[in-house]
Amino acid sequence: MNKKIPFMKYRKVAAIVSAVLFSISVLSLSFKGLSLGLDFSGGTLIEVTYEEPVELESIRNILIENDYEDSQVVNFGSNLDVLIKVADQNGNSSIGENIFNLLNDSGLNGELKRVEFVGPQVGSELRDQGGLGMLVALFMILMYVAFRFQYKFALGAVSALGHDVVIILGFFSIFAWDFDLTVLAALLAVIGYSLNDTIVVSDRIRENFRSERTLGPQEMIDLSLNQTLGRTIVTSLTTLLVLFALYIFGGELIKGFSLALILGVMVGTYSSIYVVANMLMSLSITQEDLAVPEPEGADFDELP
Amino acid sequence: MNKNSALRYITILIVLGLGCLYALPNLYPTQPAVQIAYTDSGKSADQSLLDEAEAILDNQASGYQDIFLRDNKIVVKFNTLDQQLEAKTALQNTLLDKVIIALNLEPTTPQWLKDLGGSPVKLGLDLSGGVHFLLEVDIDTALQARLEVLLDNYRKSFREDKLRVANSSVKDLALVFEFKDTESYNNALRAYRNDSIGINGGIQYIITERPSRKTLLLEYSDVAIKEIRDYAVGQNLTTLRNRVNELGVSEPVVQRQGANRIVVQLPGVQDPTAAKKIIGKTANLEFRLEANARTSPLRKEEFNFKDNEYRTAFLERAVVVTGDRVTNANTGFDESGFSQVNITLDMQGGRAMQKATSGNIGRGLGVLFVEQKSKSELVTDEFGNKVIEQTSYIEKNIISLATIQAVLGTSFRITGVGSPQEASELALLLRAGALAAPMKFVEERTVGPSLGKENIELGMTSILIGFSLVILFMALYYRVFGLAANISLVINLVLITGIMSLLGASLTLPGIAGIVLTVGMAVDANVLIFSRIREELKNKDPQSAIHDGFSRAFVTIFDANVTTLIAALILYVIGTGPIKGFAITLSIGIVTSMFTAIMCTRAMVNLIYGNKNIKELKI
Repeated sequence: MNKKIPFMKYRKVAAIVSAVLFSISVLSLSFKGLSLGLDFSGGTLIEVTYEEPVELESIRNILIENDYEDSQVVNFGSNLDVLIKVADQNGNSSIGENIFNLLNDSGLNGELKRVEFVGPQVGSELRDQGGLGMLVALFMILMYVAFRFQYKFALGAVSALGHDVVIILGFFSIFAWDFDLTVLAALLAVIGYSLNDTIVVSDRIRENFRSERTLGPQEMIDLSLNQTLGRTIVTSLTTLLVLFALYIFGGELIKGFSLALILGVMVGTYSSIYVVANMLMSLSITQEDLAVPEPEGADFDELP
Repeated sequence: MNKNSALRYITILIVLGLGCLYALPNLYPTQPAVQIAYTDSGKSADQSLLDEAEAILDNQASGYQDIFLRDNKIVVKFNTLDQQLEAKTALQNTLLDKVIIALNLEPTTPQWLKDLGGSPVKLGLDLSGGVHFLLEVDIDTALQARLEVLLDNYRKSFREDKLRVANSSVKDLALVFEFKDTESYNNALRAYRNDSIGINGGIQYIITERPSRKTLLLEYSDVAIKEIRDYAVGQNLTTLRNRVNELGVSEPVVQRQGANRIVVQLPGVQDPTAAKKIIGKTANLEFRLEANARTSPLRKEEFNFKDNEYRTAFLERAVVVTGDRVTNANTGFDESGFSQVNITLDMQGGRAMQKATSGNIGRGLGVLFVEQKSKSELVTDEFGNKVIEQTSYIEKNIISLATIQAVLGTSFRITGVGSPQEASELALLLRAGALAAPMKFVEERTVGPSLGKENIELGMTSILIGFSLVILFMALYYRVFGLAANISLVINLVLITGIMSLLGASLTLPGIAGIVLTVGMAVDANVLIFSRIREELKNKDPQSAIHDGFSRAFVTIFDANVTTLIAALILYVIGTGPIKGFAITLSIGIVTSMFTAIMCTRAMVNLIYGNKNIKELKI
């Protein structure tokens, strides 16, 4: 740990990189939007598995012949698995079974692996709840960090979290990956993870501000970042190891989830180094901000 | 320095002991079993049924391991799946539709463990396979129905009081009465005000006065609506439980969710269509007399038959008895061997039926099946956007029209109901009782059994691989300390399993992902401690470095984990089903990883290095 990386020397570059990524994400989110998964869009999804590969085109034709025009047919995981998505039709909950029967009647005998139907109202409720939950989480964390540290840290932590969430959402928007409930869960986990990192860094900055009184803010932050760098890298590495295991071996259903987390860990690691520190620098953090508070219970000791 | 206190040993041993104890049931395999319950959900299985079942099994089945009574049911355990199927067939053929037989897998947890509250981790639907339904209770229709009854009552009482009514109707969930003169209007207003105080002193109705048009509007107050809603949802829960019971599922879940929704989970159900058919019969029944030549056109209505859309019949408007008066219904055979349905009504229903049928022998008695359906159309909203508007409507069809042969009382039968299967379906619908308010499906998730198995395998593989990679990395990077961290990691997994089993929380696929993620993140606390010790070593002797490393890292670990816990708890509150599973494993994982890093790793490091004179520390 004797290496000294002058992190703060590049803080302007990092700020530009962050700003560009952030803007691209916001632009994509506002113009292209997210490709919402079934949980949020509502509709019906069925997964059927066949003994031998089936022509997707023939399934599409069967669906179109039977007035399921607004449908998507894709392979899922392997070419034996077929995933069919149908947009919501007036809250009709038996489309899944109807389609499966239709395919069976047309001679395509497969095994039904899953059927999911989400009514339009439930979809929009889940959407609202998810967004609200995200905001509540950010707010509670802001309060906790402000209480445990100081408001400048809280602002730094929350801007790091917002930065991470928006950029991951941006990825999902740009590449049109399905955004469903598991991805939302992953996002909240990213908030937790990225925060973990942020707290560790902030904790060290706080400690150094209190003990090393000779250094200026920039050197102080550089020192703290270097001291925690080893830990940051090791933890990110172990977490990424398990996430890649999950991504590769966990199956199709949690691919989106592991992908969001992998991105989250990477962006989160970066943001705990640059976004928080940048924020503290621009808010011009000083020694006074972190003056050691009176230890609790001190009053009692002084009583006669 | 760095010695373990007795308290630390005791705490670790107790927690570890409890963790192992409650994780233990997961090591026992499951065995095939059947559960036998009476079809009549009011009746609990008893010793006589047990004896009967035992006799059948002794005579017709090739063997079983154990038979006993548990929670209103009889449980029979088998050694092989073949025995289970054979026994089910034998039992079903002999006991017929007196009982419902469900196949399931019983854990083989030994008795002493069960006595301590030990049980294996429950699997969520995405792992066990099965169906999940979310149903919404249509409160508006329930309100509408009540208002119509109220309308009738007020019409009658206003007529008796000689009030002059010009117009009366139920419109937009409000009772509208328009009077011909001001005196009638004032009298009616007085009557309304008297009635609007409920039994418990609360305001029942909200009265809107429009003296200029001599019109009074009456609406239910929020308190009254809440009461009606709670009643309707409660009633529907009971009915759904009965219907689910009919399906013969071993561990169904039927729960209220939010104000007006009900969750139904049926683990292991392989045919969602059949399940939906039974549960989704969002139906009510009405028994009505068939109209005859003397019935005035105003008092009759024409309905289609359910099984034949070209056939129609006229029934009287007056309802004799509704489905909620039906206490039991089952199938049987009449004298000439045709299927029939035997119906039992409660006292009130019986009296009404007697009154209606006494002068009407030879007339027809129709059973109307009332279904809630919905249709939608494209309309243009106020902003000029095209939106789909969903309207629900009620469809009533005749499911049975039979001739009254005698004065009917509390029990009677319907003959000429078609095939035995059609008869049993009719009986099932009658028996399952009526719903207080119609319901519709708003969410459905079905996971086939093969996908469930696949999910478990994939999940376990990723846990194993992720776990091995982390263990390998830690051992290589931190050596002796890595070993301590790895042992802590194993303890961590055991504790998570133990706590999951103890809480009875369901493990889901995202839940497994949560465990995997915990494995990756759990080492973080250890890494924090170790890198801190490394730093401290620069200007301290090894023993003080270890000591300060642990105590300095503690604050950081605490803050970092509390904030992650906040995120996990919010996820638990907003999430449903599988997502809740993720939040649970993540929260448990955070707590256990804090415990293992701070307590267990410390204890091990102390055991290895404590109280020794170390010159050099390799970390």
